[in-house]
Amino acid sequence: MDQLSGGEALIRALHDEGVDIIFGYPGGAVLHIYDAIFNQDKIEHILVRHEQAATHAADGYARGTGKPGVVLVTSGPGATNAITGIATAYMDSIPMVVISGQVESRLIGSDGFQETDMVGVSRPVVKHSFMVQNAADIPLIVKKAFHIASTGRPGPVVIDLPKDVTDPKVKFDYAYPVDIKMRSYAVPAKGHSGQIKKAVDVLMAAKRPMIYAGGGVIQGEGAQMLTELTRELGFPITNTLMGLGAYPASDKQFVGMLGMHGTYEANMSMHYCDALLAIGVRFDDRVTNSDVTKFCPDATILHVDIDPASISKTVSADVPIVGSVISVLEEMLAQVKASKQKVDEKSLKVWWDQIAQWREKDSLGVTPSEDGITIKPQEVIQAVHAITEGDAYVSSDVGQHQMFAAQYYGFDKPRRWINSGGLGTMGFGFPAAMGIQFAFPDAISVCVTGEGSFQMNLQELATCMQYQLPIKIICLNNRALGMVKQWQDMQYGGRHSHSTYAESLPDFIKLAESYGHVGIRIENKSELNAKLEEAFALKDRLVFVDVLVDPEEHVYPMAIKGGAMKDMILSKSERT
Amino acid sequence: MRHIISVLMENEPGALSRVVGLFSQRNYNIDSLTVAPTEDQSLSRLTLTTTGDERRIEQITKHLNKLVDVVKLVDLTEGAHIERELMLIKVKATGAQRAEVTRTTEIFRGQVVDLTNSVFSIQLTGTSDKLDAFITALGESIVLEVARTGVSGISRGEKVLTL
Ligand SMILES: Cc1ncc(C[n+]2csc(CCOP(=O)(O)OP(=O)(O)O)c2C)c(N)n1
Ligand SMILES: [Mg+2]
Repeated sequence: MDQLSGGEALIRALHDEGVDIIFGYPGGAVLHIYDAIFNQDKIEHILVRHEQAATHAADGYARGTGKPGVVLVTSGPGATNAITGIATAYMDSIPMVVISGQVESRLIGSDGFQETDMVGVSRPVVKHSFMVQNAADIPLIVKKAFHIASTGRPGPVVIDLPKDVTDPKVKFDYAYPVDIKMRSYAVPAKGHSGQIKKAVDVLMAAKRPMIYAGGGVIQGEGAQMLTELTRELGFPITNTLMGLGAYPASDKQFVGMLGMHGTYEANMSMHYCDALLAIGVRFDDRVTNSDVTKFCPDATILHVDIDPASISKTVSADVPIVGSVISVLEEMLAQVKASKQKVDEKSLKVWWDQIAQWREKDSLGVTPSEDGITIKPQEVIQAVHAITEGDAYVSSDVGQHQMFAAQYYGFDKPRRWINSGGLGTMGFGFPAAMGIQFAFPDAISVCVTGEGSFQMNLQELATCMQYQLPIKIICLNNRALGMVKQWQDMQYGGRHSHSTYAESLPDFIKLAESYGHVGIRIENKSELNAKLEEAFALKDRLVFVDVLVDPEEHVYPMAIKGGAMKDMILSKSERT
Repeated sequence: MRHIISVLMENEPGALSRVVGLFSQRNYNIDSLTVAPTEDQSLSRLTLTTTGDERRIEQITKHLNKLVDVVKLVDLTEGAHIERELMLIKVKATGAQRAEVTRTTEIFRGQVVDLTNSVFSIQLTGTSDKLDAFITALGESIVLEVARTGVSGISRGEKVLTL
């Protein structure tokens, strides 16, 4: 048995847990830990330039791989800087373990230098947290933290480590627990067969069925099973913003994303369906359109989720099924195949004919600019899709560009669309793209951003230089906080209160170059394809592509506030 | 409706703040709360009263159950149960009022636990309603101070809340 200090034990435990990369930033309270990192070569530590970026990078890594992302920050400001990233992960149920330094035990509560009650500050945005009191507890706490973060409905876990607990002079016998049992934490097992049977009966009797699948399917590794079940049933399917890629976007049964900026056909199918199979979703207000009493008025609602508290939280489920998505889907598929009653093909045909009519509206049709020069933001995403052959990892920030990326990239695989759906954190996209690039060095990691969001974490250009990350940043530069401006156009008489700043934007090309990267500006539609190709051809360089897009463009369709899902604004001049 | 929820949870630092934090975070109200270690020192039993419709109470119990420190819980109001609250109350009484206070205390089966020339300290146990009624019977004008423990409860019959 090895004699280790707390700092050494922490790093060893991470390694024993299968961690190979951590994202962090040093400071006084974690110096013992950094010394332990220096003395080993099993775990790679990535030095970011801001703790928020460490959390988003770890988050991106987790979203891409399914493994928990790991973050190491110092006490006080290091810890509080991490909060936005922890909250982002929490809202989207992303597994993450955040290790924060803390002042020495004897100083806790004394308002010591760089002291913050991290367990308290983070409490509403973590799945659980630990304050370590003895070095010898470190292996067990690390084991528990990873278990909690990555099982059930995943989420971030904080481990707060007082400096004295990592003291290199205090050693103990290190052993990493093989497995863990916690009497107070049980992971829901398989779904109830009887409930699944009830759901299957409803699906078989349905005349206008609809499948609504979200991020839970991706987190629960259920995409393949969902695809099999959906094909077996022949039903239309929509994905949430968080669920894009859970079902292949290019498949004919896919009706597009739903919700506030969902397609006309997806929202109409939702509104008029008579049976709704909801899987790994939480009936978010960006989907239901605020007034839940108008939501799916004719539908029997079947809700599958691993988190019982998610069921009937906003919309009452007629058939609740608590269980891991993959196990429920598996059993559902088996029951569907074995069912004596078959899908009502005749009604289904009528339903698909109706959907085909809705599709004809072509709600995502792009009208090119009249002058033939101005670039529409949608055209940029379409071009990026073509050049990357739909096979890139695409992270995004928050705003119009995010919605355009979601609507026009067409994700065919899970874990390819990396975005902050729940918290909507500007500044997420770029560091998340770093996490992706670390996880998949040979993949194409694209960050679709806006000139507003990018400025919230642009310091990471330095990290990308240090680690030679060849990320492709596609900035849909509309010289404005576009989404804010869109709302002001639509609801505030066009009064652009603090949403424009064209005169004070940096020269992003020079900015990228000053960090040693490549910058390419695209202003004319005629050069869009060629210059994008040029950017993607620079395989080993980070390229910042500053695309000046039409600042007047709005994201459509858009849900009409207070309406039902069928109520949408389709363009500047058309409503449903 | 008023519900009494009893929770067995790990007797660990931070556990209580997670429960209380959950209520404020999700805009649920807590009317009363009592907590103490059980015969098994590694567990605490927390009992709280809250109000809400069925749906809200269901969300409350689900979210409580989700807390990693919570081992088990029961909504006592779902079945036959016994609830008790203890109150210490200090009242000012002189002259003829003294006999009146003593009599009211007897009727409510309270005990006078401390006495001076003009001040009674009385202990009373019962349901929250009974404690409320006692205060009303004494007359609020003579009440100097009230300390109530909050509701504690247990199921009737065979049903137990243990591991
Ligand atoms: C940290 C943070 N602050 C504020 C907001 C509110 N917000 C949502 S979209 C948006 C504008 C984003 O501008 P930009 O990144 O340029 O994207 P665009 O909408 O122009 O494509 C703002 C300010 C947010 N989502 N996150
Ligand atoms: Mg912008």
